[in-house]
Amino acid sequence: MTIPPANLKFTKSHEWVRLEDDGSVTIGITHHAQELLGDMVFVEMPEKGRKLKQGEECAVVESVKAAADVYAPLTGEVLTANNDLEASPEKINEDAYAAWLFKLKPANTADIGNLLDAAGYQKVLDAEDH
Amino acid sequence: MTGNLERADIIRPPKGHTEPHQMFCYLSGNKDRGVKSLNLYSLISLFLFLELSIVLKTTPLNQTHRKMNAKMVDFGGWDMPLHYGSQLDEHHKVRSDAGMFDVSHMLAVDLEGDSARPFLRQLVANNIDKLAQPGKALYSCMLNPQGGVIDDLIIYFLTESFFRIVVNAGTAEKDMAWMLARRDELAPALKITPRHDLAMIAIQGPNARTKVWQVIADSRAVTEDLKPFHAVSFDRYFIARTGYTGEDGFEIMLPSVDADKFWHALHAAGVAPAGLGARDTLRLEAGMNLYGQDMDETANPLESGLGWTIDLKSERDFIGKTALLASPAKQQLTGLILLDRGVLRNHQAVTTGSGQGEITSGGFSPTLNQSIALARLPLGIVAGDEVQVVVRDKTLRAKVVKYPFVRNGKSLV
Repeated sequence: MTIPPANLKFTKSHEWVRLEDDGSVTIGITHHAQELLGDMVFVEMPEKGRKLKQGEECAVVESVKAAADVYAPLTGEVLTANNDLEASPEKINEDAYAAWLFKLKPANTADIGNLLDAAGYQKVLDAEDH
Repeated sequence: MTGNLERADIIRPPKGHTEPHQMFCYLSGNKDRGVKSLNLYSLISLFLFLELSIVLKTTPLNQTHRKMNAKMVDFGGWDMPLHYGSQLDEHHKVRSDAGMFDVSHMLAVDLEGDSARPFLRQLVANNIDKLAQPGKALYSCMLNPQGGVIDDLIIYFLTESFFRIVVNAGTAEKDMAWMLARRDELAPALKITPRHDLAMIAIQGPNARTKVWQVIADSRAVTEDLKPFHAVSFDRYFIARTGYTGEDGFEIMLPSVDADKFWHALHAAGVAPAGLGARDTLRLEAGMNLYGQDMDETANPLESGLGWTIDLKSERDFIGKTALLASPAKQQLTGLILLDRGVLRNHQAVTTGSGQGEITSGGFSPTLNQSIALARLPLGIVAGDEVQVVVRDKTLRAKVVKYPFVRNGKSLV
């Protein structure tokens, strides 16, 4: 079990969020999520400029086994997507915290404070183990 | 967290009975909404629900799988390995070298007595009299009187008074009940014995047979000339040149108590353990039907790509024949290759120039590196036609092809 990195924030629905120096946020899915999904074979990213509401379906990751929606962790506007993943979705399996999906300009940066920290996300995982 | 599948929809078997392949059905989406994917949260909840809620049956290799770090899942009530790290690696290993699958959850059923052959003439849809040489095997459906498929199975002809049938795991209980009831009517003296004492290991891949020969002393001499779809008993092994991957190899039955030692010897000989995940992608590429998805009790087998196994021409009567003669096929099972980016999944709707159809098994083909499917489409659609598949909020293009997609490591499309 990989420990959730302390510099990231998390959602209960297994997305990770990293606040960058320029105020944007980078978003991906957690190690735990990729482990359950198995070998990734397809990703679908939100388009640049799309305005997302927190909780909105905004990306799809598909493994050999299943398709899963990714939900916007925060309200904001899509700045860019990691299109390299379209050709090599297995990078999510290799390192879920390096293989980011897209970057967002949050409508309200303070909302990040409402997300789970690493310890809080670990509690979510622990609860699932019991 | 809105828009995800409701748990009740996920857990309830879609066809009214439990079958071994439901894991893939459920993970591939919801029949009613067809195109809806799961969100990560509900997916993980599903895994936990399945792990916690049911006392699962285990094969003799259960502890071995766990020691080999298998990801275990509930598969039709059995605690089975989905993969041992990477489903894709296991798939490629079978296509390029050799892999092994624990298929001990499937059930061997022995028929002993002089009435075995006459009984099988009525019980199954394929013509048992195709089995003339001892050791020959026959693939067949066992139909209900309405012509629906109770199960698909393989029958091995050993002697005139000894036939062995192998049935699916999730249907084994109802298969036994059905066979015993028909036995009481048609052949009361016939002895029917479920062989819960046997383990079954499938060793598949271009190098599978060679590796088995390294492990079972002196087996080469008796199995080297064994033709595909033939079997032979040797020592405590029952060795069949059959499989569910589109590769050469053996399916081997042996006493459960010997399974662990045999598995480890194969592993030491370089055979990679492979889980049910790879088994599913391999059989889909090989264009082989999966019970509960591509056929079941509600679908016409003539619309499920099974016409070649159903003997409607001979005088012989068999259970389901009358119903099938009265219900000719209006649809056909075809192959699909996705032309756009994405992944085809079970139950997605297909639009064609001749009407609507549905994907019965969809997924990603590791060998072709694109998405493929089996789909039930209207008659009149032919290979080369382009059709549309609704995947979530998009309409994607797919090409109709003949299946199998892959055989003996090579693309056929």
